[in-house]
Amino acid sequence: MSQFTSSFWDLYITVITIVSIVACGVLLLAQSRRRVSGGTTETTGHTWDEDLGEYNNPLPRWWMWLFWITIVFGFVYLALYPGLGSYAGIWQWTQVGQLEQETARHQAQFGPIYDRYAKMEVAALVKEPAALAIGQKLFLNNCAQCHASDGGGSSGFPNLTDLEWLWGGTPEAIRTSIAEGRLGIMPPWGTVLGEQGVKDAAHYVMSLSGMPADSIRVARGKELFAKTCIACHGPEGKGNTAMGAPDLTDKVWLHGSSEPQIMQTIAKGRTDQMPAHKDLLSPSRIHLLTAYVYSLSRSDIAPHRK
Amino acid sequence: MTAEAQPGAPAQVVEQALYEVRKTIHPRAVHGWFAGWRWALVWATQLVFYGLAWLPWNDRQAVLFDIAHRKFYIFGLVFFPQDIIYLTILLIISALSLFLFTAVAGRLWCGYACPQTVYTEMFLWVEEKIEGDRMARIRLDAAPLSLRKFALKAAKHGAWIAIALWTGFTFVGYFTPIRELWDAVGSFNTGPWETFWVLFYGFATYGNAGWMREQVCKYMCPYARFQSAMFDQDTLIITYDPERGEPRGKGPGKGHCVDCSICVQVCPTGIDIRKGLQYECIGCAACIDGCDRVMEKVGYPKGLIRYSTQHAMEAKLTRAQMLKRALRPRVLVYSAVLWAIIIATGVTLWHRVPLKVDVMRDRGALSREVEGGMVENIYRLQIMNTAEGARRFEIAVGGQPTLTLASEATVALEGAAALMVPVKVRVQPGALPAGTHRIDFSVRALDDARVAVQEKSVFIVR
Repeated sequence: MSQFTSSFWDLYITVITIVSIVACGVLLLAQSRRRVSGGTTETTGHTWDEDLGEYNNPLPRWWMWLFWITIVFGFVYLALYPGLGSYAGIWQWTQVGQLEQETARHQAQFGPIYDRYAKMEVAALVKEPAALAIGQKLFLNNCAQCHASDGGGSSGFPNLTDLEWLWGGTPEAIRTSIAEGRLGIMPPWGTVLGEQGVKDAAHYVMSLSGMPADSIRVARGKELFAKTCIACHGPEGKGNTAMGAPDLTDKVWLHGSSEPQIMQTIAKGRTDQMPAHKDLLSPSRIHLLTAYVYSLSRSDIAPHRK
Repeated sequence: MTAEAQPGAPAQVVEQALYEVRKTIHPRAVHGWFAGWRWALVWATQLVFYGLAWLPWNDRQAVLFDIAHRKFYIFGLVFFPQDIIYLTILLIISALSLFLFTAVAGRLWCGYACPQTVYTEMFLWVEEKIEGDRMARIRLDAAPLSLRKFALKAAKHGAWIAIALWTGFTFVGYFTPIRELWDAVGSFNTGPWETFWVLFYGFATYGNAGWMREQVCKYMCPYARFQSAMFDQDTLIITYDPERGEPRGKGPGKGHCVDCSICVQVCPTGIDIRKGLQYECIGCAACIDGCDRVMEKVGYPKGLIRYSTQHAMEAKLTRAQMLKRALRPRVLVYSAVLWAIIIATGVTLWHRVPLKVDVMRDRGALSREVEGGMVENIYRLQIMNTAEGARRFEIAVGGQPTLTLASEATVALEGAAALMVPVKVRVQPGALPAGTHRIDFSVRALDDARVAVQEKSVFIVR
C-alpha cells in the first residue's frame, strides 16, 4: 500500500482484525458456562421485561467446537493469506499471481495447439477443419459484430466472402488488415464538382459496372473522372489495393449502388476504419483468423467450405 | 417462561454448562408391523440407489448425469442444460409431496425414507450384529479398553467404512460412468474430483449414519423444523394415549402403561413419547411396535401408543371418523395441485421433441444489400439434436412474402450434439417496407415429420 505514507493503517487493520477474533473466543468462553445461584429451574439467566426468563436448551458440545474451528481457521487463514495490513502471508498469494498461474495453465493446455498451427502456412491451414473451427470461434467473437457471422459484411463493412478485396486478398494482406487495421478515406468532392458534376460523375461510375446510366451525363462524367478520380481509382476505375480504393467496375458496393447513394459517396466522401487487433489478439490467433478469413472466399482451395 | 427467584432460599452457587455433551443413544432393536415397513423402504430405496447405476441402456449407462459434457441421461431421455425446467418441476413435485404426506401423516419421510434414517438403520443393524444388543453395547461402551473391545470397535468401524465407501463410489457412479470408475478404482487411477467425491460422500455417510445420527435431525435438518408448520389438528402423529395409560405402573388401580420404558429404549432420538408430541420425534413408529408387543404380553389391547390425531384424542373420535378427516380441504388442495403438476409434466414429457432451436439475429449487421438489390439478413441457428442417433434437418423460413433462404437448407448433426448454423435470408427489393417484420424459422428432421420446431425472429429492412 505505497499510497499510504504512514504505516498507521496497516496497524489499524491488523489490530482490529486480531482483537475481533480474540473477542469472539472470549465471548465463547464467557458464554459456555455460567454460575447461577440457587433455584431448580434451569434458565440461561437472561431476563427480559423484568421477569421473563429463557429455558436453557443447550446446543450440543460439538456445535461449540465448530465455533472454535472457525476461530482457528481465521488465524490459519490470516497466516497463509494477506489480510493483516501489508503482511503478504506465508503463501505470498496475490490476485495477479493467481491470474498469471491460470494464464500459464491455460497456455500449457492450449499453447501446443496454437503453436502447431502457427508453424503451418495459411494455404495448408485452410485444409484443416479443426484449425478453421478455432478460426470461426475467433471470428464470431471478434469480427462478426461488423462483418456479420457469415463474413458477408454489411453496409460500410466489407464482404469477406467474395473475391473483391479493398486492400488485397493474399494471406499477407489479410494478416496486415487484421493486425495493423486499415483506414480508407474517400475525400468529399461536392464543393469541387458542384451538384450537377457529382451527378455526372455518379452516372459515369454506374456505367463502369454496366448499370443503366444517362449517356450524356456519362460522357460529361468521364471527363470529370479523368481529372479528379483516376489518382486513386485508376484510369479504368479498377481501384488500387495499396490505398484501399475500391474497384468501381465490379458489382460490389460497400456503400450502396443506387444513384443517391453513389452521389452521396462522391459529394460527402467516406471514411472507413478497420481497427488494429495486434494488441488484442496474439500472433498465433491472428494467424488462425487470417486462415479462416482467407478460406471464406477460397472454396477452390479450402475443401471443407462450401 | 417465568423464572421466579425464591426469596429466602439459600444462595447456592451452581455451575451450569450452556453446551451439552451428547449422550450416545443405543436404541433397542424392534420388530413389528412398522419396523417391517421401514425395512421394506430401506430395501426399496437402496436397491434402486446401489443397483440403478449399473443398469445399461442403449450401449450406455441408463441413468448418468454427465456434467462435463452437460448431458443428463435418464433411460430413454437425454436432457440438456436448457431442460432445467424439468429439474425445477421435479423439485416442486418433491416439495408438494412432502407437504401432502406431512399434512396427512406427519413426518412420514423422516421416519421411513430419508437417507439419514435409512443409513442409520443399516449402520445400527451392523452395530447390533457385531457388538450385540442394546444392553451389550451400553456395557461395552462403559467397559475399559480391552483387546475384545478394540477388536469389536475396529470390526464395526471397518464394516461401516466399507459400506460408506461403497455408497460414495455408487454416488459418483451417477456422474461418471460407473463401470469405468470401477476399473479406475481397481487400478488406483481415479481422477482428483472422483477421488474427492467418493471420499467426501463416503465420509458424510460414515459420519452422519455412524456418529451424528439423531443430531442431524435435531440440529442440522431444516425440514425437520419446518414440517411442524404443516401439522394441524387432524394430522396423524404418533400419540401416547394418557387416558388409557395413566397412572403408570402395575397392579390394581393403575392404567395400561406398565412403565416398562420399552418405548424410550427403542427411540432412535432418545425421547419419551409419553410426554406428547416433541420436535425430536421423527415419526418412525418404533415405539408403537415396542409398546404393542408389551401390550400383547400383559394382555391389554394394542394401541396404547398409536398413530392418532390431536383432534381424535380430544374429541374421542372413532378410527373411521378420524381417517375420514384425512380428506380435509388442505389435503385435497395439496393433492389436486400435485396431480395437476404431475399430469402436466407427463404430457409435456410425452410430447417432448428431441430437437431444440435458438435463433440469434446478427446484432451488428442489421440488413444488407446483395446482388440484384435483394435485402439480406443474417441469423445464427443453434440447433440441438437431443436424440441419441445422428439426424439430418431441413431449415425453412416463412411468414413474409418473397422470403427465401440463401444458404444451405439441410444440416447433419451427430446424436446428442449441437451445431451453430449461419443462415442467410433474403427478400425481393421492394417486397417489404423499411422496418422490422416478424418471420418464422422451422427446422424439421428429414426422417421424422413429428420432430419439428418453429421459432420466431424478425427480418429488418432499411
